[in-house]
Amino acid sequence: MSIWSDEEIAHRIAQDVDESWLVNVGIGMPQIAVEPLNQRGIMLHSENGIIGLGPSPAPGREDPEVIDAGKGFATVVDGGSFIDSATSFMLIRGGRLGLALMGAYEVSVNGDLANWRLSGRKIAGIGGAADLAFGAARVWIVTSLFSNDGKSKLVHSCSHPLTAPGVVKRIYTEHGIFEPAGDSFRVVSLPEGMSAEELFEKGVPISIEALSPR
Amino acid sequence: MSKTQIYATSAEAVADIPDGATILCGGFGGAGYPSNLISALAARRVSKLTMVANNAGHKALFDYGGVRKVVCSYPLGPTSKGFLEVLDRGEAELELEPQGTLVERIRTGGAGLGGFLTQVGMGTELAAGKQTVGVDGQEYLICKPIRAEFALVKAQKADRYGNLIYRHAARNFNAVMAMAAPVVIVEVSEIVDGYLDPDTVHTPGAFIDRLVKAE
Repeated sequence: MSIWSDEEIAHRIAQDVDESWLVNVGIGMPQIAVEPLNQRGIMLHSENGIIGLGPSPAPGREDPEVIDAGKGFATVVDGGSFIDSATSFMLIRGGRLGLALMGAYEVSVNGDLANWRLSGRKIAGIGGAADLAFGAARVWIVTSLFSNDGKSKLVHSCSHPLTAPGVVKRIYTEHGIFEPAGDSFRVVSLPEGMSAEELFEKGVPISIEALSPR
Repeated sequence: MSKTQIYATSAEAVADIPDGATILCGGFGGAGYPSNLISALAARRVSKLTMVANNAGHKALFDYGGVRKVVCSYPLGPTSKGFLEVLDRGEAELELEPQGTLVERIRTGGAGLGGFLTQVGMGTELAAGKQTVGVDGQEYLICKPIRAEFALVKAQKADRYGNLIYRHAARNFNAVMAMAAPVVIVEVSEIVDGYLDPDTVHTPGAFIDRLVKAE
């Protein structure tokens, strides 16, 4: 059984992005897509106030006033701009964001997203996650398919508090690419040698069609 | 004549902020955070403050228990050290808002509006405590404006008329907060001779009450 590397996942995401989209790349695993998206010349948005987010700066070139939404040092590409927070979220809610790439704790079969607070934890930060999940034209998730305790993050129904209901269009993982299909997940693509049956047996609620012989 | 007053020190610029005040504080993490003004407040041991900011990074104020309530979108991370302890001890209250809702509540507060309607958070626990209203067949959450007595802002350049230019991604919440309180206090890196080119001004001095050069 083979799984995709971060580089392979990132490459697939970059291939699937339309070059006209403005894309917000979330904190955590989605960051693997920054470099290939930059290389394709796709404009990236950071909700703290940057349009045209570039790669991390070279050592010694860090500027504490050029940071991304994860508060890491960043750069700005040619053609970029700085905006205030109100403008940044007008752009998100106003439909100018073609894609938000986000991490997830859980995604349900009908596209519900839980990615801000684990149930049982008292305090968590929402940041811009809800605005992005509600406002972006499409939400794609970039995550490991299984949590640290081996449970599928693709579920029938989320057990953690929702960030937004019914918004996720696609999920990119090391075990394949999936789409919420209402009562199960549709398999878009699997790594070579990966079997849908095996994922199903591990508790990933993928659709029956994926399990029938091709 | 300009209504904007230039102060010699941060201490003088915040000298009349009383216990129990509600304060808008600019910045996203450390970028654009008016740390000199916050330090000056902490030096006076002003207490029972309500701090409205994107993060809960007011360590200087938490250290002596000066904050009663934090309104923010993200109370975790390295910039928020100290807040969780205060919260755990039950000495402070947290009001959490999605970042875009937080900034728009501040914007509408400054704009003299009664709030706004949004779908962000609907169908989640983030909508708890909010009323809904139907408009043209769509349901929305009603979000109230945030008004405060003071705004603490960080800018890069100012002229003596109070016109401001922010630097890079330090603009963030500063540009909105600078329009949302009756007393707006700005810490700047540089006060230029003469005046700023009107075409380059991010926030006009008409909104600004006090300027102080960062120590």
